[in-house]
Amino acid sequence: MRKVYLDNTATTPLLPEVREAMMPYLGDIFGNPSSLHDWGDGAREAIEAARDQVAQLIGANTDEMIFTGSGTESNNLAIKGLALAQQNKGKHVVVSAIEHFSVLHSARTLAKWGFEVSEVPVNKYGVVDPDDVRRNLRNDTILVSIMHANGEVGTIEPIKEIAVVTRERKIPFHIDAVATAGTIPVNVSELDVDALSLAGNQFYGPKGVGALWVRKGVRIIPLLDGGIQEGGKRAGTENVLAIVGLGKAAELAKAHITERIEQLIPLRDRLLKELSDRIEHVVVTGHPHNRLPGHASFCVEFIEGESMLMLLNSKGIAVSSGSACTSRALKASHVLIAMGLSHEIAQGSILFTLGIDNTNQDIDYVLEVMPSIVDRLRDMSPLYAKFTKTSKGGK
Amino acid sequence: MPIYSEKVMEHFTNPRNVGEIDDPDGVGEEGNPVCGDMMTFYIKVKDNRLEDVKFKTFGCGAAIAVSSMVSEMAKGKTLEEAMKITPKSVADELEGLPKNKFHCSNLGAQALHKAIEDYLSKKKTKGGKE
Repeated sequence: MRKVYLDNTATTPLLPEVREAMMPYLGDIFGNPSSLHDWGDGAREAIEAARDQVAQLIGANTDEMIFTGSGTESNNLAIKGLALAQQNKGKHVVVSAIEHFSVLHSARTLAKWGFEVSEVPVNKYGVVDPDDVRRNLRNDTILVSIMHANGEVGTIEPIKEIAVVTRERKIPFHIDAVATAGTIPVNVSELDVDALSLAGNQFYGPKGVGALWVRKGVRIIPLLDGGIQEGGKRAGTENVLAIVGLGKAAELAKAHITERIEQLIPLRDRLLKELSDRIEHVVVTGHPHNRLPGHASFCVEFIEGESMLMLLNSKGIAVSSGSACTSRALKASHVLIAMGLSHEIAQGSILFTLGIDNTNQDIDYVLEVMPSIVDRLRDMSPLYAKFTKTSKGGK
Repeated sequence: MPIYSEKVMEHFTNPRNVGEIDDPDGVGEEGNPVCGDMMTFYIKVKDNRLEDVKFKTFGCGAAIAVSSMVSEMAKGKTLEEAMKITPKSVADELEGLPKNKFHCSNLGAQALHKAIEDYLSKKKTKGGKE
């Protein structure tokens, strides 16, 4: 059976070059980077080389980069660490309504600690309006955090314009760039932000490693206390192997970003257009064109995402969904609800996230398989039965 | 996908008794799209037995498998026997359901019971003509 992996937002595969770069650190180069002997030197040099590679990916200074254990950890460190460091100036934090849970739930934890949190709404495409950010700022606002792009609907946010607002008021601005760093060009000077989270498994690096960049001069309180690894901002013996992989993946992403984007956009646009053409009552979610290059997301009306996902899986196609049934908590995606979609429509959420291994033949296969899966589930659906009866009755 | 048992997967991929009955003796609906799943059961009754059971379901793999299993368990049973089908007995027949799906997706028995109650109340209003 044909196998088509279209869940690159969950994780990308590891590039062979990245795996090669990591191999020595599973073998001879096993030292602890904090050790002062030759064994330690080898590991330390590897980490510092990776730090440089990751810094170059986002146009940052090497010594402003903190390695972490994931994008989630980077976001936790940013939200809690930046807020705690500024709390003598105020206790108000602004985030958007469609942030990843690692930001939203960190903000909720801050609220339990006595901070106040405002959530900025989004429009029907999932776009944050910089004026809405401005309206939510107060004299005691000490942190703004908005994602660069949303991994569920693909929409890219107007970060530069929001940075103008935060810069005027001298409020630290963090962006969650997990969906964008290594995928589209990201430059911290151009964006004019103060902190940025990224993760290795979004651009063909290993899982379980991320980084947080914090502009020099912006204070942050560490979440993990212990030794003075990562400039004292993240204690604990470094995951040398994964950090080396992250560095190599960053170097490759920087070198190939344009060709990767040029490969992905036509495939994405084919899927967005032809799936909506071939199947009735399908809504594209997220911004129609200002979206991540490999991201095609939909809501298919009258049916539910998990059952679509499972039938696609039985045909060898991997996708994901934001339906309530797919989430462990059995709640519909907060992103789709914030964009104003009904629970009923949000239940039909399905997302195809393309990667550099995908081809036009993969898209052909999805377009061939998908309509019959939808038909089959609609034949079973009481909502579709009601719809067809009323629409016939209407005629 | 190991989150579901083989039995669940089998019923999900080959659901039994999908559809509607044109002139049903009873109809029962349970669930709503907000919590995720929605099931409608249609029954045909003859001599106090479920001569035919059909369903339509909007929901996840578990919801579809549950509906299929309930329809299979209920068909041919007397109304009293069918009223004894419980979410627990359905889950057992399916060789288990994931914990978080047990309440939300396991609505088939309730929908069937509603269809039977619908039949019984219609019968009452007709004055027991049948």
